[in-house]
Amino acid sequence: MLQIDRWKRILIIGLCVIGLAYALPNLFYKRVEAHNDAIVAVERAGGAATPEQEAAIAMWPGWMPASLVNLGLDLRGGAHLLAEVQVDQVYKARIDALWPELRTALAAQRDVIGAIRRVDSPTGTLAVEIENADQMAVAVEAARGLATPVATLTGAGQDDLEVTAQGNTLTVQLSEAEKALTDDRTILQSLEIVRRRVDEVGTREPTIMRQGEDRILIQVPGIGSAAELKALIGTTAQLTFNPVIASGGDPDATPGIGEIVLPSQDQPGVFYTLEETPVVTGEELTNAVPGTDQNGAPSVDFRFNPAGARKFGEYTSANVGQPFAIILDGEVISAPVIRQAITTGSGQISGSMDYEGANRLAVLLRAGALPAELTFLEERTVGPELGQDSIDAGKTASIVGFVAVIALMIASYGLFGVFASVALIINMGLVFGILSVIGATLTLPGIAGIVLTIGMAVDANVLVFERIREELRNSRGPARAIDKGYQNAMSAIVDANITTLIIAGILFMLGSGPVKGFAVTLSIGIITSVFTAIWVTRLLMVTWFERRRPRQIEV
Amino acid sequence: MAFRLKLVPNDTKIDFFKWQKLTFGFSALLMVLSVICLLVFGLNFGIDFRGGTTIRTEATQPIDVGAYREAMQPLNLGDVAITQVFDPSFDADQHVAQVRISAQDGAEAVTPDTILAVEAALQEVDPTVTFPSVESVGPKVSGELIQTAIYSVLASLIAISVYIWLRFEWQFSVGAIVALIHDVLITMGVFALFQIKFDLATVAALLTIVGYSINDTVVVFDRLRENLMKFKKMPLRDVMNLSVNETLSRTVMTSGTTLVALIALLVLGGDVIRSFVFAITFGIVIGTYSSVYVAKNVVLWLGVKRDWSKPDPKAAGTQFNEGGTP
Repeated sequence: MLQIDRWKRILIIGLCVIGLAYALPNLFYKRVEAHNDAIVAVERAGGAATPEQEAAIAMWPGWMPASLVNLGLDLRGGAHLLAEVQVDQVYKARIDALWPELRTALAAQRDVIGAIRRVDSPTGTLAVEIENADQMAVAVEAARGLATPVATLTGAGQDDLEVTAQGNTLTVQLSEAEKALTDDRTILQSLEIVRRRVDEVGTREPTIMRQGEDRILIQVPGIGSAAELKALIGTTAQLTFNPVIASGGDPDATPGIGEIVLPSQDQPGVFYTLEETPVVTGEELTNAVPGTDQNGAPSVDFRFNPAGARKFGEYTSANVGQPFAIILDGEVISAPVIRQAITTGSGQISGSMDYEGANRLAVLLRAGALPAELTFLEERTVGPELGQDSIDAGKTASIVGFVAVIALMIASYGLFGVFASVALIINMGLVFGILSVIGATLTLPGIAGIVLTIGMAVDANVLVFERIREELRNSRGPARAIDKGYQNAMSAIVDANITTLIIAGILFMLGSGPVKGFAVTLSIGIITSVFTAIWVTRLLMVTWFERRRPRQIEV
Repeated sequence: MAFRLKLVPNDTKIDFFKWQKLTFGFSALLMVLSVICLLVFGLNFGIDFRGGTTIRTEATQPIDVGAYREAMQPLNLGDVAITQVFDPSFDADQHVAQVRISAQDGAEAVTPDTILAVEAALQEVDPTVTFPSVESVGPKVSGELIQTAIYSVLASLIAISVYIWLRFEWQFSVGAIVALIHDVLITMGVFALFQIKFDLATVAALLTIVGYSINDTVVVFDRLRENLMKFKKMPLRDVMNLSVNETLSRTVMTSGTTLVALIALLVLGGDVIRSFVFAITFGIVIGTYSSVYVAKNVVLWLGVKRDWSKPDPKAAGTQFNEGGTP
């Protein structure tokens, strides 16, 4: 009959109160946001707060929940990029770096296999000709000695290198298992570097995540344009130090095997022929800061880690008097002659750059180089005004829709309509409360999802009320009619909502961006509306019934 | 006596099958017309599915589409579409246009140079013009997006038919699916006919329609199942009519509240999501129609197992099963 256990009542009211408390900060969005931002800023500064920050923190009581619904890029404005990592570029770097090692290993067998020579081969492979083709087995053995087992479950028993021989040519490339592993590492590394670069500019809550096999999704709220974001993260900042073989004015000079020709950055028409394998790379940097050189021009001072410092020291002491190139992203920044061995592990890059350029280069170097190039597949920019317009429009529409639905419900069901309307208001509060707690992102279609929920949320109540009407017509007592009404409507409510939930689930799994946001608000709306329509209205009704004990009710 | 708004009288006895052939024929005709529209006009795919770039321009001066087009002529961008956007929510000096540039040949990724060139050219025409949103999708992603869109619609149709089949009888499942396909197809037909932009959000809208339409259908089916057990001897046709009549006021009420909320969004929600909201609104109307006129007709044609001599495990223990075999 019409009874609800005391613990259930407490639970229902408790859930509503908690939900509404978590929704509350969203009513004071700007204030709470300033409060949260100030807390983060103070934490970063190590606890010291400026008077403005203290004022901002005081704008919202600390004991209140302060989580907000994240506004999506289409509402807040910002840039969205979908980048594909060119994972196979890494294979080439890996294989090319193997050459000196392989040369040493094969040289040790010179008595047996004779002279060796690197020959041209497809990208990502390393081909070596040996003099005594009949001794190939020895060469293969030596090359295989460089391989190490791959440490994954699927790749168990496989080596990282694949060595094949044909005639007098020995070919080395990465094995499939190693490629898969490398891909994974490349993506993770790229993610980390993109994150660090975006963090350096200090925008609020960027979303940087892996999508699928080889993609990275980057969403940065508040940034002016996708182009700006691309300039920041798209620069590879690949810094290397390579030995110089020759310099000249011919861009088409044919380099030898394992050599490259690169242009000079500040001297047009000058081209350097360099050894392709670098002595030290930017990955071995530990720090880079902007500074000035001895002439007072902007420069970047850097420091190597111990391994880098050792290599750098060994090379410079063995090559005093030789030129040596500093290369950034495929251009020779400068090619100074080594005057003396540099064993301290620190150095300086100077060239034609202004202070801003030096600062940017330092940021890029500090964040490290992207292991592979990024190709941008999708980019979206939304201006902040457009976002604000959308929020305003969405707000007005929601309020009008809300009032209209409430009016319709009260006109149709009277007091019971009022119950349903109270439930609807609580429902909205719960939706926002949950969205805030789970840190979901509200997008424009998400607002549409909420408006749709406003319309559909009353469905469960309509089902119940219609059933109660029917029961009343069958002249049962009011208490029994209400009870039966809820019971009979239940299976329809469950079926109807589960099917919608299935759709929301599929939208969530397959959708991307805004569509996902729509799925999230829709599913949360379904769950909370079933709760409020069944339990909250029931509690309201039972409480009213206990007070009034009406002989007759009209629905 | 308090005032009550009664959209539907208490006791309706409408014969929904009176125009059975007419309504069914009408639905079939609409579906055929939709297919024709889709084949003849095709869908006006947004850049999500076609690849390319859209730039939203906003200016304080009235827009001269011709001048815009002329300014972009020398850039040799191939297919460029410029549409002016009108919306009641705009200010008096707010003039918005949408410039769509199709994917450039051979470019796997997005070219920022193109966008910069277009922006510069337009600013030449009208210095007040700003670009509140710029979106580019490469051809690789757009292809995948089409795939996922198709998969998601198919997946939801399958998932729902399985659920209905588990909860009801297979005939209901068939009826529900036919109704869903009917709704999706006709909505797409309308999109093709009026050349409304069809993008990722529209697919989300289609799926929402599927969700709403099935919601409606399930409520009718649920009542039908209940009545089939209650009135074992009544002809199927009459049980169906009774069930629809009994749930009619609920159907009208829920569609009403949902429509009221959606119309508010349609009118006041701004032009950015208008096609999305339009799809949902249209779908709700067609979905309500189909749950009454399409889904049940299919079930009526297929017939339902009426011999409940084997007690339905779900209903076991309820009063309807106590009388033994009919």
